Amino acid sequence: MDYSPLWISLRTACVATVFSVALGLVAAYYAVRLGRVLKGLVDGILTLPIILPPTVCGYFLLLFFGVSGPGGRLFEALFHERVVFSWYAPIISATVVAFPLFYRTMRGAFEEFDRTLIHSGQTLGLSGAFIFWRVILPNCRPSLVAGTVLAFARALGEFGATIMLAGNIPGKTTTISIAVYSAMAAGQTELAKKWVLIDLAISFAAMLIMNFAGGGARRRDTGVAR
Amino acid sequence: MALDIDIIKRLPGFTLRVRLKAGDEIVGLLGASGSGKSMTLRCIAGIETPDEGVIILNGRPLFDSERKINLPPRRRKTGYLFQSAALFPNMTVEQNILCVLKGKTREEKRRAVEGVLSRMGLENLGKRYPSELSGGQKQRAALARILVTQPDIIMLDEPFSALDTYLRWQLEQELAAVLRDFTGTSLFVSHNRDEVYRLCDSIAVLSGGQIAASGDKWEIFNNPQSHSACLLTGCKNITPARQTGGLSIAATDWGVTLQAAALPPEPVRYAGIRAHDIAFADSPALPNTFPYELVEEMRDTFSYIFMVRLSPNARPLRLEMSREQYRALGRLPPYVQLPPEKLLLLTRD
Repeated sequence: MDYSPLWISLRTACVATVFSVALGLVAAYYAVRLGRVLKGLVDGILTLPIILPPTVCGYFLLLFFGVSGPGGRLFEALFHERVVFSWYAPIISATVVAFPLFYRTMRGAFEEFDRTLIHSGQTLGLSGAFIFWRVILPNCRPSLVAGTVLAFARALGEFGATIMLAGNIPGKTTTISIAVYSAMAAGQTELAKKWVLIDLAISFAAMLIMNFAGGGARRRDTGVAR
Repeated sequence: MALDIDIIKRLPGFTLRVRLKAGDEIVGLLGASGSGKSMTLRCIAGIETPDEGVIILNGRPLFDSERKINLPPRRRKTGYLFQSAALFPNMTVEQNILCVLKGKTREEKRRAVEGVLSRMGLENLGKRYPSELSGGQKQRAALARILVTQPDIIMLDEPFSALDTYLRWQLEQELAAVLRDFTGTSLFVSHNRDEVYRLCDSIAVLSGGQIAASGDKWEIFNNPQSHSACLLTGCKNITPARQTGGLSIAATDWGVTLQAAALPPEPVRYAGIRAHDIAFADSPALPNTFPYELVEEMRDTFSYIFMVRLSPNARPLRLEMSREQYRALGRLPPYVQLPPEKLLLLTRD
């Protein structure tokens, strides 16, 4: 059995989660500070990928990153490589569909965040960076964990947009979800079942790890003296 | 060392126009909720930006709309004690204090933290998280965190509002001690005249976004000058009034004409008298002595309250006395007297 879909899936999901978290934090942080109209607009655009069917998303990605698309041309000029069917195409499509889940979760957390904590930090002379990393983020930990889990799960299960942009090239772009599909299509039900079990195991493990990471913050909030 | 503010900020409901000078003293900002007290503090701290004006602290311009100066909050050195204490919930008391200390060695930091914790009576609570502290302890920890930053001004925004009566009193005494030791200006915001009266040296009364009166606290209480200052200093009896020649003043709502001891330079628009300053009298010999109709008699925790009407259909006045005074009185005398020197003559809204 060729295990490459496992590595490709893990690589894709992990890198896409990192990108989603990084971009999502920046986007959510600034979106909260926008005016109402602009915020609605930005919000709509950034959330679109989870509302559109993944294949439609993939269609737009193909337009953008195709040989004649602006993204594709920029990429070719910079790295002398084509995006479509490359090994990082699955990462791009997974990031695009996973990002909104993290962004939405964090935006909600930032919006509800107690502004007096920020103001008190400022009047005490703390820098914006300190307030963000040491005050805002730690106190948004449950949302941070929830958003990361959601983004990881979505990235791991990505199929529609990936098949459009990255195709099904074994050892290069075939992820577990695509492997399950092609195994079933070829009538290899035993192989499909193996991939399904592996996927279940990864998803479950990821959830456990994240829940464990998110649990630490809760003890302090209960107010029970230790 | 002083604070000098002259700002205008337009808000949805009203326009805030605050002009205030304060030296190294404790200034009470007294006002009803929504009068612009907190907004004034927020403008000084830089959390809100005024539309126009200047804010100067110890000779340092924090804000100047004409010279385009607007220091960010973290460069203003303004200590701001929030109603909610605003301690960082993810850090212990010690960590909360440590994180605002900058440019010191580890040993210096440790000593600074120990010093301020013992000064605020929090020696054994350094390792606790804010959620494990009582309301008063939170406020003390927040004040400790402010003190170690050595601010040029300390601003307290209704620090007792979340506490019950007993803790309130305890914290008030601790706070008073800290503020007395502090060498700069302190601004204390409250809607409670007793707190302000006990803690502060001078008072500024805010009403509808404007400073209605300001100055020495005795002066404000004895001669509030404006209707809103009179109300906020706790005067229960106020009536529209007009001068009718000589020292006579017609007290419209009470249905009587009063004799004043002296008249203010501007025309009198309202007259007031504190509930404790009205006295019962056996004969109508003294000025401003009237027969009355007793509308209601109430017993308060430590005092008696009488609602008395000086003429038919007029608004009743509130008269208060202690239980001892009431017992000494025996039966209720037939007259009440409003001593001329106790009348508060108000010339402004």
